[in-house]
Amino acid sequence: MYVAVKGGERAIDAAHAWLAEERRGDPAIPELTVAQIREQMALAVNRVMAEGSLYDPDLAALAIKQARGDLIEAVFLIRAYRTTLPRFGTSRPVDTAAMAVDRRVSATFKDLPGGQVLGPTFDYTHRLLDFALAAEGEAPPAPQAPARDEPVPHVTGLLDRDGLIEGQPADDTPAPDLTRQPLELPASRALRLQALARADEGFTLSLAYSTQRGYGRTHAFVGELRIGRVAVQVDLPELGFAVEIGEVELTECDTVNQFKGSRTEPPQFTRGYGLVMGQSERKAISMSLVDRALRWQELGEDFTGAPAQDEEFVLSHCDNIQSTGFLEHIKLPHYVDFQAELELVRRMRREAMQMQEAAE
Amino acid sequence: MTDQAYNFAYLDEQTKRMIRRALLKALAIPGYQVPFASREMPMPYGWGTGGVQVTAACLTPDDRLKVIDQGADDTTNAVSIRRFFQRTAGVATTERTTDATVIQTRHRIPEQPLAEGQILVYQVPIPEPLRFLEPRETETRKMHELEEYGLMHVKLYEDIARHGEIATAYAYPVRVEGRYVMDPSPIPKFDNPKLAGNPAIQLFGAGREARIYALPPYSDVVSLDFEDHPFTASKADHACDLCGSGSSYLDEVITDDRGTRMFVCSDTDFCAARQAQGHCGRLSPQGDAP
Amino acid sequence: MTLMQNAITAAPLLSVQGLTKRYGPRIGCADVGFDLYPGEVLGIVGESGSGKSTLLSCLAGHQRPDQGRILFDGADVLAFSEAERRRLLRGDWAYVHQNPRDGLRMGVSAGGNVGERLMAVGARNYAAIRDSATDWLGRVEIAADRIDDRPSAFSGGMQQRLQIARNLVTGPRLVFMDEPTGGLDVSVQARLLDLLRGLVRDLGLSVVIVTHDLAVVRLLADRLMVMKSGRVVETGLTDQVLDDPQHAYTQLLVSSVLQV
Repeated sequence: MYVAVKGGERAIDAAHAWLAEERRGDPAIPELTVAQIREQMALAVNRVMAEGSLYDPDLAALAIKQARGDLIEAVFLIRAYRTTLPRFGTSRPVDTAAMAVDRRVSATFKDLPGGQVLGPTFDYTHRLLDFALAAEGEAPPAPQAPARDEPVPHVTGLLDRDGLIEGQPADDTPAPDLTRQPLELPASRALRLQALARADEGFTLSLAYSTQRGYGRTHAFVGELRIGRVAVQVDLPELGFAVEIGEVELTECDTVNQFKGSRTEPPQFTRGYGLVMGQSERKAISMSLVDRALRWQELGEDFTGAPAQDEEFVLSHCDNIQSTGFLEHIKLPHYVDFQAELELVRRMRREAMQMQEAAE
Repeated sequence: MTDQAYNFAYLDEQTKRMIRRALLKALAIPGYQVPFASREMPMPYGWGTGGVQVTAACLTPDDRLKVIDQGADDTTNAVSIRRFFQRTAGVATTERTTDATVIQTRHRIPEQPLAEGQILVYQVPIPEPLRFLEPRETETRKMHELEEYGLMHVKLYEDIARHGEIATAYAYPVRVEGRYVMDPSPIPKFDNPKLAGNPAIQLFGAGREARIYALPPYSDVVSLDFEDHPFTASKADHACDLCGSGSSYLDEVITDDRGTRMFVCSDTDFCAARQAQGHCGRLSPQGDAP
Repeated sequence: MTLMQNAITAAPLLSVQGLTKRYGPRIGCADVGFDLYPGEVLGIVGESGSGKSTLLSCLAGHQRPDQGRILFDGADVLAFSEAERRRLLRGDWAYVHQNPRDGLRMGVSAGGNVGERLMAVGARNYAAIRDSATDWLGRVEIAADRIDDRPSAFSGGMQQRLQIARNLVTGPRLVFMDEPTGGLDVSVQARLLDLLRGLVRDLGLSVVIVTHDLAVVRLLADRLMVMKSGRVVETGLTDQVLDDPQHAYTQLLVSSVLQV
């Protein structure tokens, strides 16, 4: 006797219990602490903070643990948590020129005010597996140097002084908020940057790479890449001045791009911009390339049909939480739709065969 | 057993207010897709985030909620969403269509006719009926604005030219109040006639695409067709093997590896109610009927 | 004959004044003006780069001119809203592209291509739409049994004839044609021209046609406008301009064509 499929509830409970067990792994191996993840998986934590749009290393580390290391799942947890948080106010724009830099490199000038600071980078490591790490040995302490007591001005500011790069007039318009208003197209540059800042790193990387390979070429140089901590200040109306409430680590990338001039503008360099929470330089560079590619219209360039130039394409597909949700939803039941299709195909097959027979 | 860490029905009051404003606008302009600031929800996009947000914005503590997926109350996604609201809103739940004040659905309209005062909330994956004819949102919004719906009929024309009939079995497009062309979400076209003149409020939420649209009670809803190829609501030509209903939408179930099939109501509440009333189908246990 | 009567009695269907379009420092077309009367065919000739294509795309609303006025039936087209402009494009106006791929839906059957404009203006009877499509396929010499084939299965000449049928099915009051015979073999061109001449005569179409091919305008156009470097250098009745060209450039253009 047939019994209609039941027991969804029990199946879900059992699946969750099994998941928890798998998350823990072999109980003979010590369990990871959130603090260990925060300290030793810092770049994963940074990515989750950036794409989750929430600066909280402890929560990001917890999310990574809960997600069994699946970073998109971790981003999802953070986003779902973030959406419920009350909004107390908006900070002042952070002053990245005043950043306490850990890393600051320019590809356009050999030396410059503030100097080149390599910082903790993989760049010049040989990518050889280091079996010493498997032996859990302590690394010797890195050599120390006193902090340089000089300002670190932006490279683009130096170019701007000579009029070599497009000006960037100050704009006090409040930035739109993608998480509080629906995305409307065409989008302002501020909104595009906001979407890109939380966009999937892999997608942004591929788009940026495609511009380098000729799909919306922008001839970009890294004018400057800087990573470090900046103070976050909030205006308190009761006090009448801004108060520092903490600091965040950011990665900022300014690209300098070739520009041949237009009807109204003489030739000068143009800008692409990337700003990402935490240390995420691949993402910041990618973002600045895509930002620049999306600006074709404003700069009077041709639309060549390249994906990276196509605002609607980029903004509609850059969010990995949207992408993964919709992608994975096709594993949900579609019995009803499928049943409807099944009947249609059957009927049409029957009619086609009848016609064939009639023809024979 | 409400989870105290979250506001009633999960979303904060500001967000619910924003969604309600979108809902009111949607009801004022039937069939028009209202952009709304869709929130990230603790379930994935494509799994009903739009419907969940709409439901959250509609629920009051006195409501009785029913959640169905594919017409059934016991499919995993329906269970998951029902639990979500039990946990975050503590509202009463029911599987009985007649008892529910709010019904969230994926892919079906209940067989039991709805009544005034009920709200039916649809989960919508792709709200734009023109999307697969024109991929650009900027263009499709303009097409709606200018009522440029010729292309939609070109698709139906092509169906008839190629297949002899309109080969759209679900998500069959409709025109609302003679104005907007609307996607009724992926319900089978069998359900399309129930969209029209329905006494209940019908709300459609698309989370990933950030759109809300609505049909106020007793709306005029017409399935697109040609005068000489009129729309027909079709279903499997069988009766339910459990309750014997000849008028309900059926799921086809393969019961063994030799291809034996049975047909059962996709609406589990409807089927169970009929069986309780003593209706029998081909495979009903013999002699069990009262 | 009718042309002269129209010119005297009717107001112009299309009136263009001082139309100018620049691309940066380069001139696309400059200070172009003309009147087109109902039932008249105006040919615009010149070699590539003369500005004739820029002019046509400005007239048809594909590009916005920098200066000038375009009056259709007395209404200022450039002041139209997007909605009004589109209504014009799918109703009273038609546009035949040089490349039929630009003017056809390649993934839609021939019948659907012809029927689209009918459905866009409200036709909802499948059989009637199909009858119109069949009728129009016949008029452009496409066999009725090709009605369900996609244009991708058609030859270049057939595609172009299909595009013409698609455009004319709703009886537009003004047709723009951009090098409709360009890109076709000579023998195919001749057949298409013959067909076009028949349609223009039978339907009394008002047409603005752009071409570099003087044989095309000789057959189709009542009047000619010769363009060079974005400016109109000579205008007049077609026979008059071709048989007795006044401007040195027109003389060069005419003499460069092999007389047959």
